[in-house]
Amino acid sequence: MRISQKILEEVGVELLRRAAIILPKDVREALKSAYENEISATAKIELKNMLDNIESAEKLSKPICQDTGIVSFYIKAKEIPNFDELEEALRKATAEATKKVPLRPNAVHPITRKNPGTNVGEHIPNINWLPANIDHVEITAFIKGAGSENMSALGMVTPGLGVKGIKKFVLDTVVKAGAQPCPPIIVGVGVGGTVDLTFKLAKLALLRPIGSRNPEKEVADLEEELFKLINQTGIGAMGLGGKTTCLDVKIEYAHCHTASLPVGVNIQCWADRKATAKISPDGSVEYLG
Amino acid sequence: MVEYKLKTPIKEEDVRKLRVGDVIYITGLIYTARDQAHRRILEYVEKGQKLPVDLNGSVIFHVGPLMRKEDDNWIVVSAGPTTSTRMNLTTPKLLENFKVRIIIGKGGMSREVAEALKRFGAVYCHFTGGAGVLAAKNIRKVEGVEWLDLGMPEALWKLQVEDFGPLTVTIDSNGNSLYEEVGKKVKENLEKILQQIG
Repeated sequence: MRISQKILEEVGVELLRRAAIILPKDVREALKSAYENEISATAKIELKNMLDNIESAEKLSKPICQDTGIVSFYIKAKEIPNFDELEEALRKATAEATKKVPLRPNAVHPITRKNPGTNVGEHIPNINWLPANIDHVEITAFIKGAGSENMSALGMVTPGLGVKGIKKFVLDTVVKAGAQPCPPIIVGVGVGGTVDLTFKLAKLALLRPIGSRNPEKEVADLEEELFKLINQTGIGAMGLGGKTTCLDVKIEYAHCHTASLPVGVNIQCWADRKATAKISPDGSVEYLG
Repeated sequence: MVEYKLKTPIKEEDVRKLRVGDVIYITGLIYTARDQAHRRILEYVEKGQKLPVDLNGSVIFHVGPLMRKEDDNWIVVSAGPTTSTRMNLTTPKLLENFKVRIIIGKGGMSREVAEALKRFGAVYCHFTGGAGVLAAKNIRKVEGVEWLDLGMPEALWKLQVEDFGPLTVTIDSNGNSLYEEVGKKVKENLEKILQQIG
């Protein structure tokens, strides 16, 4: 399936606008129920501010958070649609959205710290192709701020520790992060693979909606258990104490070396900003959620 | 929990009465500063140069705002707090040299900063991280900007605010820190959880 560069560019800009301004429904609902269930007065103020902010952002058409993050795109398709053009189109879309939405120019050269001002640079936006047996093309824009990304961690757990080792590493990472990643957080966990894959899986886990469970029972049970345990820590909204520290835990796994057990924890702040579009073979575009 | 409305410039006695958990709203002129602006302020101190702003009785907001220029005027688009721990290094010196009375940020600050707040008579207040639009709503006007060469997020912005808040006092001028209180409980809880999982 071939998509014109013009459509790709337009879709890219619109996805970034939606991602920055409109929080997905599953996240809103999870925050709303956290607010309703909270007892601590301080945490309640925090959750109320988040809900008011989400509403104002949409009403005023302004980015939810000033840290509009680093841009990633995920493209689900049967085959790579004209890849060279696609990459170019999404880079242009990112620069255009930076001016138009606007997005804060966050992307800098890692050594010189020079900021091109466009959110476009070496390998950024981060474009990922996900092969899928579907007739249309699905593009997701995912923007993620530094506060939560900075709290991510990779653990090379001793395989002999087993599931307990995974649980302990996830809990330690969340407790160490404390107030800094803007809780209530969503925890994406990648288990197994080679380390590059471990983290890719953690990101893909974050792309799943809140409340969705891994199709494998053992993994789904671990998601549920970690979700409950993290909420027993009492870190609470913005780390000021309270009942809700995380909105969900999602795990993806890959087989790994018999001598390894890599665990990648990618923490997402409450402003879990992403948007998806479906492009049909006839070129029509539908924005999902 | 008591609610207060404060006006800048802030007096020492205004902040000495604040306690952890109190909620405040600020009206007046506040300054933004994060990593780079803090460093530059201290460079000025070292060289004995006069700052372009008066920090006595001031409010410092840890934020890298998203701004837009319309005609010749700057407009705040979104301006929620940034993680304050990065300013742990420079804040004690800042408090020692200027009568900064209120620091606004998120994520808390170190024991060393808490001690400096106590010594020099200032408090640390928290605003909800990510609530950038809500914060921008109470910013009435961009009064000006200094050090724009540091880039949009790092520059020192002068903002006129009205009932800016709700801000929760999370480190007061008696050395109490809500982060340490919560941290202690979380540590205890974690130990229990780890026992639970065997």
